[in-house]
Amino acid sequence: MPVMTEHARTSAPAADVLDVAGVSVSLSGRQILDDVSFSVGAGQFTGLIGPNGAGKTTLLRVILGLQRTSAGTVTVAGQPRSRRNPSIGYVPQKVLLDPDMPMRARDLVALGADGHRFGIPLRSRARREAVAEMLHAVDADRFADARVGLLSGGEQQRVLIAQALISQPRLLLLDEPLANLDIRSGQEVVSLLARIAADQQVAVLLSAHEMNPLMPVMDRVVYLAGGRAASGPTGQVITSEVLTRLYGYRVEVLHVNGRVLVVAGDADAGATAAHHVALPAAGAG
Amino acid sequence: MHQLYTWVFEPGFFASAPVHTAVVIGGVTAVVSAVVGVFTVLRGQSFAGHALGDVSAAGGSGALLIGVTPLTGFIGLGVIGSGAMELIGIRRVRGRDLATGIVLGAAIGLTALFLYLDTSASATTGAAQQILFGSIFTITSSLTVIIAFSVLAVGAIAAIWRPLLLATVSPDIAAARGVPVRLVGLTYMLALAVAVGLSSLTVGAILSTALLIGPAATALHLTRRMGRALVLACLTGLAATWAGILLAYDSYYWGSAHEGLPVSFFIVAVIFVTFLLTGLPARRAAARPREAGAPAAADASRDQVAA
Repeated sequence: MPVMTEHARTSAPAADVLDVAGVSVSLSGRQILDDVSFSVGAGQFTGLIGPNGAGKTTLLRVILGLQRTSAGTVTVAGQPRSRRNPSIGYVPQKVLLDPDMPMRARDLVALGADGHRFGIPLRSRARREAVAEMLHAVDADRFADARVGLLSGGEQQRVLIAQALISQPRLLLLDEPLANLDIRSGQEVVSLLARIAADQQVAVLLSAHEMNPLMPVMDRVVYLAGGRAASGPTGQVITSEVLTRLYGYRVEVLHVNGRVLVVAGDADAGATAAHHVALPAAGAG
Repeated sequence: MHQLYTWVFEPGFFASAPVHTAVVIGGVTAVVSAVVGVFTVLRGQSFAGHALGDVSAAGGSGALLIGVTPLTGFIGLGVIGSGAMELIGIRRVRGRDLATGIVLGAAIGLTALFLYLDTSASATTGAAQQILFGSIFTITSSLTVIIAFSVLAVGAIAAIWRPLLLATVSPDIAAARGVPVRLVGLTYMLALAVAVGLSSLTVGAILSTALLIGPAATALHLTRRMGRALVLACLTGLAATWAGILLAYDSYYWGSAHEGLPVSFFIVAVIFVTFLLTGLPARRAAARPREAGAPAAADASRDQVAA
């Protein structure tokens, strides 16, 4: 059964870039996703939040057309989902760029434009300019000619985002892009993505097990727990009632010093909160 | 001047028919190995390349036994072996490693058997030397066949250049862009089998990895551009092969015994020395601190994320 806020369905704009309806996935008999529904509109920044193992990566793979579903439909930019959908840009989890890879940042971005094509690439001025423009858009001009494998984690994320954006997608999917970044690099990547969403009217769907770094920019949230999802405007989803229904046991949402903590069990006072198991950050293990 | 010339090129080098054959076939083989080898190094599959060399050895020694040319055996069994390795181990990197190791062991066992039978059947002891360590001066396969295979392998890599590069960087991104990742990987493995088969002919099945990996690894020391890496790998492979042929030819005149030393040794020695020499400046450059202004390397601990 889907846990939804009343708002989730009704407030979505008419022209949704992504519409996920009733998607279920089981892998070798285990239910990974259970009747997940939500939608994302152009220019919106949506956080896909949940503990590790909640099914975030699986859900992104469903949207990409790489994962079979047992029920439900996914519509991207008005088209039923399929592989090779040029409307989607994708930055996967844990891309390990070999320091020996003879590839400059701008070469990787160029691969984002035509890496799926067969045959030898033709050098063209238009292609070069498109790459330079995209590197500029993610503030990567400074290291455009450096080997990608030698860049820092935050720099690599920018290059990967440029790689995903160069095909001018309507929807940008990012799988745990903040996982290996220090706090400052993480903040830079988040504000970059918020700017891109607003400027280029791209729908951004970003998965994370920690929601606090996203709080300043996140318009909407899709919260996954145990394969089920709650979605809607952030303030309406991140509440004790909604998350308790989602987790299936008592969960408390605490606001401590401007940060949101999701903890298990009753927490009547902030002082006792520290003794509770924090979800999902600590529960992620 | 003339003295220096005859010191470098001993008499008869340019007139010798076996030298002509060796220069042409060695050159073609070096280019194919370099083109395929750049990807072998980047994909971290030098172990697979080595295992294919052992599979080729089994093929080549088996071919002698049934009376077909070694090249048929090298490439024939190599293609079957590479297909099997790719299909068995496709799911996980570790799985691919295991599959490769098992295929390798079986191949060496077969080679031992075939070489024993070759030797006892024909009463010649040359089979082991020829299959394992090459026979660039006495190649019996037709040049046309060798060039046809070379064009096929290089053409295949050219055709899948971008998808293969993207799948090497990230199989996930490639799959999301609609690249048939398995088909591209299989095509590359078949090209690898051909490259290994051809270099088995020149430097021998056991040493084919050296020709595959060495020039590619040397090139990767020197450039951060893929296209340049490819050209440099080809040049290094060609230079090493031709220098090796020359040294082997000259070695006949070095001692009073007039015994030529094996060409494979010289080719591999030149590759090895080149790799070491190009590695030194690269290592020094890597040790230099990054220029100022770049954000600190970011491998934040879990604590920082949760803080």
